[in-house]
Amino acid sequence: MQAEAHMLEGGFAEPVLEAQATFRAVMDAMARPAGIVRIGPNATPPAPLTPLAGAIACTLLDADTPVWLDPLLSGSEAVRAWLGFHTGTRFASAPDEATFALFRDPAGMPPLDQFAQGTQEYPDRSTTLILQLESLESGPPLTFGGPGIKREATIAPRGLPADFAAQWAENTRRFPRGVDLILTAGDALACLPRSARLMEREG
Amino acid sequence: MEAEAHIAVRKNRMSVLARCNAGRLQELWDRLGLDPAHKTLRGPESGLVMLRGRVGGTGEAFNLGEATVTRASVRLEDGSVGHAMALGRDGAKARLSAIIDALCQNLETAALIDAEVVAPMQEELDRADETRRQQTAATRVDFFTMVRGED
Amino acid sequence: MYVAVKGGEAAIDNAHRLLADRRRGDRSVPALTLDQIAEQLALGVDRVMSEGSLYDRRLAALAIKQARGDLIEAVFLVRAYRTTLPRFGYAEPVDTGAMLIERRVSACYKDLPGGQLLGPTFDYTHRLLDEELDGDAEVGPGRLRMGAEEPVSRIADILGAEGLIEEDLDPSPLDEPGDINQTPMEFPLSRAMRLQSLSRGDEGFLLALGYSTQRGYARSHPFAGEIRIGEVEVEVCSPELGFAVPVGRVQLTECQMVNQFKGSAKAPPQFTRGYGLIFGQSERKAMAMALCDRALRAEELGEDIVAPPQDQEFVISHCDNVQATGFVEHLKLPHYVDFQAELGLVRSMRAEHAEPRDESLPDMKEAAE
Repeated sequence: MQAEAHMLEGGFAEPVLEAQATFRAVMDAMARPAGIVRIGPNATPPAPLTPLAGAIACTLLDADTPVWLDPLLSGSEAVRAWLGFHTGTRFASAPDEATFALFRDPAGMPPLDQFAQGTQEYPDRSTTLILQLESLESGPPLTFGGPGIKREATIAPRGLPADFAAQWAENTRRFPRGVDLILTAGDALACLPRSARLMEREG
Repeated sequence: MEAEAHIAVRKNRMSVLARCNAGRLQELWDRLGLDPAHKTLRGPESGLVMLRGRVGGTGEAFNLGEATVTRASVRLEDGSVGHAMALGRDGAKARLSAIIDALCQNLETAALIDAEVVAPMQEELDRADETRRQQTAATRVDFFTMVRGED
Repeated sequence: MYVAVKGGEAAIDNAHRLLADRRRGDRSVPALTLDQIAEQLALGVDRVMSEGSLYDRRLAALAIKQARGDLIEAVFLVRAYRTTLPRFGYAEPVDTGAMLIERRVSACYKDLPGGQLLGPTFDYTHRLLDEELDGDAEVGPGRLRMGAEEPVSRIADILGAEGLIEEDLDPSPLDEPGDINQTPMEFPLSRAMRLQSLSRGDEGFLLALGYSTQRGYARSHPFAGEIRIGEVEVEVCSPELGFAVPVGRVQLTECQMVNQFKGSAKAPPQFTRGYGLIFGQSERKAMAMALCDRALRAEELGEDIVAPPQDQEFVISHCDNVQATGFVEHLKLPHYVDFQAELGLVRSMRAEHAEPRDESLPDMKEAAE
């Protein structure tokens, strides 16, 4: 089946430069966990994929990185066609077969331990989760410590699963195995690598 | 069935466009005087594809090594989309091939392009293949048995 | 141990300039064009494509020119360039049965369907240097022979009809063959991953190993079942189109080596096969690869592992000439601190060694030890 033309528009206009800029932003955010980085989203994917999540997908996904989509995203033929065309990615049928996972509805996402956790020898063979959230500043505050964080860092993502704190503590216990998160909201992004430890639990 | 026939024609056209000489394509294209406005959806960009063989020739697939390819996708003003991909790193040829692929979504234009551009090049490519086949055939060994002498 | 030191920038800069100067050579001699290299040194280009694991004649020709004809350096350049390109995806497995054949010979059957097609071979030349090539004498085209095209059948199909040769395993569309570029090597490797390694392996290394199997290190009684050289179509899966897109042709060399096999608990006596598939025209390497492939199947076929060509780790870890060059040539990097430590050690050992000689009865001391 041939994809409609509009599903194929809205990729990076300057693939090399824009992918480099986005990669740099994600890398900086990953190096300073729970710190907010802002970038001008420069991809225009079909809804419900957001411009920033689309830009990150164009930067990180390729034919060798199967991606898992949550039901709201995988239900959109336009999103699947757009991702396939602009990134060359394949779609994983199960969460633990995915290198990346994309969420329109993080509150309803499967537990973190259902995704690929890597192995003791190759902890990098794990899933990186890319979450589309409502906000990184207006939700319940979460304070993290660990490598890349001077004393502590707090973010307040809105739209995480209710038991996220408990799940993240489990994820920390699996170190060096475990998943890494890229949180996005509007033009803001923050990362929670598995090395970030939750300092205190908020109700 | 009609869709299958359409795909077969399109694949054959893509095969000729991928294999043809870029200069020859441009020459035949220029004669048509077509220059449709178009928007680039992707590329032209060069990258790699992993080529694959089969164990023993017909068994399980294995990765053989990569090849450079260049691809382009365009959309014409009437909304038709064209794609092209060919071995090598010729971006201009990939863009032109994608424009041709898009134009050929219209059956009338396709008939014109096939007759004026694709068919002549296909004939030239087939002729070159035939020459090679005949050159190889000339190196075929014709065995003949020597009469065995009796001492 | 390495120690960061500064200095030498000017020397390095001047060395590069000198390299460019020497590469160009005598300015009164015309510079080589890439077309000349691609057309007239085609087998050198093929070797760089094969061991560089990148099919692109023009890039390989450029690499040869830049490397002053040092083919392993050219392979290195191609490998480095390759890492700068994104990978768009995977081609459908090529069908070597549908090859536009330029050469095809079999040492097993004289009269096999399709015939013995010698093609542009060095075989039967007398290996006498041809002084005429020291010039640009006119060269005529190859002769033609008209006639209908005859199908060229595979050796495996002929022997397979009688069940005398092992069959290829049915392809399973679900299994992704591993890729040595993407995953760290863990032994034992699948046959698919071994073939990928061997196909880009160093021709000289594979040749020597293949030769050793003939001389008794992993005896396998090989016959050149079939060698074919020619062009095959490449098609790339395109999700946006929903069908495989033809992207052009590549030239490949394929070798089916047929080997005697006395049978095992699982399989009756029959012929087994070693397989070689190489970018470009390289019969020597395709044959050597097929010999190595067969030898590396020792464990699968229940044979004793007694020789290096049967040892996966030995063969696969050492067949890549870029890796090998890197590790051998790194020895020329400064090891000043290492060497100082070694120097101190040798001095102290010498001092110890000299001590007993000063004693009155060195022999007795040695005897006591």
